[in-house]
This record gives sequence, structure tokens and C-alpha cells, in this order.
Amino acid sequence: MHPHAIDWTILAVYFAFVLGIGAALKRYMRTSTDYFLSGRAIPAWITGLAFISANLGAQEVIGMAASGAKYGMATSHFYWVGAIPAMVFLGIFMMPFYYGSRARSVPEYLKLRFDEKTRGLNAISFAVMTVFSSGISMYAMALLLNILLHWDFTTSILLSALIVLVYILLGGLTSAIYNEVLQFFLIVFGFAPLVFLGLKDVGGWHGLVAGLREVAVSRGFAPDAWTSTWSVMSSPSSNPMGVEWISIAMGLGFVLSFGYWCTDFLVVQRALAADSMEAARRTPLIAALPKMLFPFLVILPGMIAVASTLHGGASGLALPHKADGSLNYDMVIPLMLGHYFPSGMLGLGLTALMASFMTGMAGNVTAFNTVWTYDIYQAYIRHGASDQHYLNMGRIATVAGIGLSIGAAYAANRFNNIMDLLQLLFAFVNAPLFATFLLGMFWKRATGHGAFFGLLAGTAAAALHHGLTLPAGSATGIQGGWIAVLHLYASQMAQNFWTAIYAFGVCFVVTVAVSSVTRPRAEQDLKGLVYSLTPRLRAAAGERWYARPTVLGACVLAGVVVLNLIFR
Amino acid sequence: MGLDIRIPIGSLFVFLGGLLAGYGLLSNPAIYQRSLGIDINLWWGAVLLIFGLGMLALAWRAATARARTEAQ
Repeated sequence: MHPHAIDWTILAVYFAFVLGIGAALKRYMRTSTDYFLSGRAIPAWITGLAFISANLGAQEVIGMAASGAKYGMATSHFYWVGAIPAMVFLGIFMMPFYYGSRARSVPEYLKLRFDEKTRGLNAISFAVMTVFSSGISMYAMALLLNILLHWDFTTSILLSALIVLVYILLGGLTSAIYNEVLQFFLIVFGFAPLVFLGLKDVGGWHGLVAGLREVAVSRGFAPDAWTSTWSVMSSPSSNPMGVEWISIAMGLGFVLSFGYWCTDFLVVQRALAADSMEAARRTPLIAALPKMLFPFLVILPGMIAVASTLHGGASGLALPHKADGSLNYDMVIPLMLGHYFPSGMLGLGLTALMASFMTGMAGNVTAFNTVWTYDIYQAYIRHGASDQHYLNMGRIATVAGIGLSIGAAYAANRFNNIMDLLQLLFAFVNAPLFATFLLGMFWKRATGHGAFFGLLAGTAAAALHHGLTLPAGSATGIQGGWIAVLHLYASQMAQNFWTAIYAFGVCFVVTVAVSSVTRPRAEQDLKGLVYSLTPRLRAAAGERWYARPTVLGACVLAGVVVLNLIFR
Repeated sequence: MGLDIRIPIGSLFVFLGGLLAGYGLLSNPAIYQRSLGIDINLWWGAVLLIFGLGMLALAWRAATARARTEAQ
């Protein structure tokens, strides 16, 4: 890939705008609420696009394209099953408690609903996780820039870290949100022509389907294995993912999806910045509209690339091989950018990719500085200081968070296994979370002790399940089976889904059991925090019928059902 | 929040669209062999330009509406 002056100019213009937005927002950052929650003053369409963008880091883009090549259309389960229903549930049922309780963060909601120790457990694991996620994002970007542009590791990391640092330091969460919206449009406008050119190259949709049939047959699957979503899910051996419909529906669609979209502060924080309860509830619903169509933007390139590699596109697009002879799926997006885009568009494509790396990082940093300042520093280190003090602490936490991320990026570069191990641990911690929130919001009898021990038991169950099972063809150790191998799964994905299902189940049962024998909180303390003790929300005066969360949510769900039927 | 986000988004896309479309007009047609013979810079630059102008128009409309209510 050889960018020319025009491509560098486009990238430089983008950087200038990003920093300019931070500088323009600086004068609005007067209180800690301005800095951490954007003064709760952002309209729904902006928080909605930021909500979707915060999750659309470059790893997501590159990873989903890679999965599109590896698994085909079934990858859209991660959107149509693994995201949209949870986003609708968040907007309609959960947001009234998050926004209505005036909690400033997800851990703070746990403190209000349960107790201090449940909040502490969640806040600390979340803070550590965000720092490492941001570091891993930085590391992935540096690797990619090294391959594409021959930039060295340290230059990539320091440049991106500096830009993110400056714009968050100046404009806080608002800066992060504004840049996420900018990135949303850059990704859409940067990748749409890629899909168009790729499709044209393989002979349109029919050419793509014909190519993917060959891919499927050559790998020993039914011809429609790469182009359908449900019809190949009857057993793990009938699809390249190695999963069956029940683990897709329960593991991905219920436990993992609701656990992420409904409880992860990184995304929920965007909705908390909204200017009203209605706007907060609409945030994930507005986000769901483009999210529904993203498979065509990020999964389709992978399908095009793999069809072209085997079937031969007119222009000879072919994925490179790894050292072990397998196809290097992670190169789908970079390869296609270099293959189809002339100078000019190449600059736009690279800018979109850089933007998604940086917003991925920034999202983690803004979530980290808030949780650190409100849920760790204010709760355990210095209580009752002035608002100015916490605002300054937020700025210090931003610098420290980015510093720690840089450290994590270097650690990832030196010890790859440590990062795998950490991600595994986070998966164990996160897997049971949704059970805690579900019981917390919809069962008034759930107690703090129940929640705390339920979470610990769920995490232990996840670890135990992982230690006792192994994906077929893997070595025991970080892949699983480190206690004993009692069960073999067809794929790692199947193992992950079932780990989540067990963690959720155990957390649910233990929380209910412990809650039943411990003393519940007085009902008047739980008003606004639990469904049965909170007055129903009435439609706001002047709210148009089609903007009502329930109407919007129903439309989104109907859309997703139609998409699942079309691509069944 | 005081800054209307449509202004920076609109300006960025007007700028990038203009840049791409201009480059598409002036660049050597041979580079478009990659993009299957389509001058993608020109066409897509024009799309970005229109999108950017639309964003600016929305921002301008909101600003004048705000000015009118403040005046009343």
C-alpha cells in the first residue's frame, strides 16, 4: 500500500478536526458533570450514533470482516441476534432505572440498588478491563500500521495516544461522543464504496452467492453454508462456526449479548449523557437502526474476499496466506482498501480505520476516568471534596488511563499469552453480570449479599466450565481443559457460548438462593431502582407517537425478524 | 452542549468531498483501473460534498430557528 500526498492530506485534515473539536468544547467543561456526563445535555440522535460507534472499534471492523470470510452470512448473528434485541431491551426496560436513578455510572447503580461491595467488585474489574481493552486496541492498531504503512510500533502508539489524550483532556465525554459520531460517518462513507466495488468485481450478489457455494462445498459443507444464517444451525458439524441454534440463541443472543449491551458502562455512558429520559431511552433504539444494516458494511467485505480468493474475482483479489498455510482473514479490510481504492479514496479508507481505532481507545478512556473518579476515588479514597477537585481528578485519570493503556500495549507486544489470559479472565467476570442486573431491576427481593455472592459464584462457574472443556483440536491450557477434559466442543465459539450460559445460570440461582435467606432492603429505598416499585413512565407532552420508545423498539424488532427471514 | 456537532461534521465532509472530487477531475485516469474503471474519487467526492452541505444546512436552519425564538 503506497499512500500519496493526497491520502496524507486527508488523514491530516481529520486529525486537525478532531483536535479542533476538543479545543472548541473546552470552554463548556466547567463541572464534573460536564466532563463525565456531558452535562446530560446531548440530543438522542447524537448519543445514539455515539452508542453504536463506541462499540465499532477497528478490531470490531477487522474482526467482523474476518468472520465474514471464515463463517459467511451467519456472522450476522452477532448483530441480529447478539445485539439488536438486547439494545431494544436496554432502551425500553432498563434505561428508566439507569437514567431515572440519576446514577452517574453502571457501578453506581449497583451501589444504589445493592450495596458497596457489589459496586466495588464491578467498578474495579471494569476499570482494569477498560485500560487493557484500550491497550489492546492500541496494540492492534500499531501492528496494522506497521504492516500497511511501515510505521514503527512506538511512533503509532505515541501519535494515537497523544491525539486521544489531547481531545479528551480538553472536551471530556462530549469530545469523545462528538468524535464517535464523526467516526460513524467516516466508517460508513469510507467502506460503502469498498462493498460496492467488491460486489461489482465478483459479479454482483449472484456472483457472490455462486462463489460462496464453491467455498462451502470445497470445505465439506452444504452449498448454502456461507450464505444462510439459521438453516445450517441444526448441529455444530453443519456450519463453519461449529455451533448449534440453541447456543446461538441462549449463549450469544441472551447471556453474552444482554450482558454486554445492557450492563457495559462503555456503551451505557453514552445514553446517560442524553438530555432527557426520553432521549436516553431512544439512544440504543436509534443506535439499533444502523446497527441492523452494519453486516452489509463490515461482514460482506469478508464474504467478497473469500469468494474472490477461491472463485477468482475479475480483478484477482486474493487473501494472503499465513506462515502455517491457512488464509489470513484479518487482512480482508486492509487488502481490499489497497486493492480497490486509488489514491484519494485510499486516504479516506485509512482515515476511517484510524478513526475507529482512536474512538475505540477514547471510549474506554472516558469510561475509565468516570468509574475511577466516581466509583473508586470518590467512594474509597477521598469522599466529600469539591466538584472542582473531582473534575481535576478526572483529568489526571485521563492521563493515567492513557499511560496505563500504553503500558498494556507494550505488554501485549511482548507477552502475547498474558493478554489472552487477561481477556479470558474478563470473560469470566463479565459472563454472569446480566443475571445480577436482571434480578436487581425486576425482583425487589434480591439483596446485596445475593448479588455479590452470585457474581462470585458465576465467575467461578465460568472458570470451572472452561477448565473442564476443550474445543476440538486445541491443546489444553489457555484454550480450556486445564483441570480435566470432560467434554469436547466443536469450536471455541461453542465453548464460549456455553461458558456464558453456565455462568449466567449459576449466578442466577446463587443470587436467588442467598437473597432468600438474607434480609431485603426496605421497599421505600428501592423506588426508582426496581420495576415493581417504580411508577410507569408516561409519554412526555408533545412527544410524537413514532418517537415513543415502545413504537421505535417494535419497529426495530420487526426489522430484525424480517432480515433473519430473508437470510435464513 | 454549545457546539452544534453538525458544523464540524458538515465542514469536514465539504472539505474532504471537495478535495476528492477535485483530485478526481485532475488525476491521471490510469489510477482508476483499480476501482474497475470508475473515477471513484470524483463520484464519491461529490457524494461527500452533498452530505456535508446537507449537514451545514441543517445546522444553519437550527441556528436561525434558535435566533428567532430568542428574539421573540
